[in-house]
Parts: sequence; structure tokens; C-alpha cells
Amino acid sequence: MWSYQKYLQYPAKVSKTDLEMAKLLYAQYAGPDSELGAAVRYLTQRYTMPTDEAKATLTDIGTEELAHWEIIATLIYKLVNGVSPKKLQQAGLGAHYAQHGRALYPHDAAGVPFTAAYLQSHEDPIANLQEDLAAEEKARATYENLIELSNDQGIIETLSFLREREVVHFQRFGETLNIVRDHLNK
Amino acid sequence: MTAEQLSLLKEIMAYRFSVLEFNLYLNTHPRDRGALEKYNKYVKELRDLCFEYQKKYGPLTATFPSEFPWEYYSTPWPWQINYD
Ligand SMILES: [Fe+2]
Repeated sequence: MWSYQKYLQYPAKVSKTDLEMAKLLYAQYAGPDSELGAAVRYLTQRYTMPTDEAKATLTDIGTEELAHWEIIATLIYKLVNGVSPKKLQQAGLGAHYAQHGRALYPHDAAGVPFTAAYLQSHEDPIANLQEDLAAEEKARATYENLIELSNDQGIIETLSFLREREVVHFQRFGETLNIVRDHLNK
Repeated sequence: MTAEQLSLLKEIMAYRFSVLEFNLYLNTHPRDRGALEKYNKYVKELRDLCFEYQKKYGPLTATFPSEFPWEYYSTPWPWQINYD
């Protein structure tokens, strides 16, 4: 059972100088290594995990990814809020505006809609956890690219926080992998 | 899970559902005083039941104080409980 908390995990700030970032941030909203993909991946894989540590890790990191999904959405929302269609078009969001206006939509930075084909869920817990480790690294690398592409101090701070969380998740998944391996070798 | 624990858990599930129903209703009827009073009553009951359950059987969430060692991860997972 889930309960919604009406606050962000980290204060999402934008100085509104970098509208182009709204399009690029869609990479982490619903791209292949996005927060949405991470949440669906972990929250789907958790059921067949063999240890309580692994079930808890996937449940709680999957839940945190939903909180990150909300932060990315907040950044995009704040960037495009009240911006004219012409300006959106200049920032590369013309196609998005035509189809969705200023509403959010789960697509990637190039407009490709989200698909569950971005993730796998396997009964083999080692296979899952290896995928999860890779997913965290890809998300970290994506955040590093986004940070390089931005000149908005608020966005950079928020993305740096999210990048750091991927590093922590990678660490926890590594520990979980060891626990599951020990369990399977018993 | 003992019959006693399961029955307390089912009570929590029922109260949580009632709270949600009033939550949804009140979102579109914020000035319905009668519904609001019921919501507040159920919220309080739910809080008390959750407190009692977690004191006895361990955490339902990772925002509840824990005995040593960490209890949250090893309490029953919802998809492994037999609800009969
Ligand atoms: Fe992550």
C-alpha cells in the first residue's frame, strides 16, 4: 500500500534561464534509464526476490525513484510554466507543444514514448540485481551529461543531488547482490 | 502470522480503505462537514490501530521507531500473507 506525501524529497529550483533543459530532462522523466523506468523495474522485480533484504531494497529504492520522478516533473513543469508556444518551439519543444501543450507526457528527450521494453524482470535474482546495478550507472551517467548541458544553477544543484542518489543506490544494490549470493550458496 | 495479528492487520486495511474513500470524496466535496467528521474519526482510529499493531508486531513503514536490530525489513511482505 502506498501513501502520497505532499512534499518533494529535494527542493527543485529553476532560475528559468535554460528552457532547452526542459526537453533534455525528459531523458530522466521517461527515457530508457529514467526514474520511471527505475521505479517500474524495481517495484516489479521485488516479488520473487529470495531474501527480505532484497525485497526491502527493491521496494524502498523503487519508491524513492517515484519521488525522483516527481522532482524531474517539477523541474520540467517549472521550466515550461507560462512560456509562450513560440519560445517552447525555439527550445525544441514545438512537437511536444503540438501534441500535449504544456502538460507532461512520459516520453524521452527525443519524444519517444515510454515502454516497458526498457526493463526486464526475471525470476533469477542475480540477473535482476546485475541489471539494477547497470541501470543505476546509466542513470548516473545520464545525470552527468545533463549537468554538463545546463547553465541553470538551480537545475544543476537538483541534478547533482539526484546523481548522488544513483551512486548510493548502486552501493546498496551491490550489498544486496552479495547478500543474495550468500543466501543462494547456503 | 497468528490469527490475532491477521485480524488487527485486516482492521488496519479496512480503516485505511475508509480513509481513502473519504479522501477521494472530500477532494471534490471539501465543504461536506459530515464526511469530514467521519474522515477525522477514521484517521484517528487508523493512527491508533497502526500504533498498536507496530508496537506489537513490528513496523509497517520505515518511518516508525525500531527495536534493535532493524525490524522493518523482516516483517511480513503483503504479497506473502495468507489472508484466509
Ligand atoms: Fe536510482
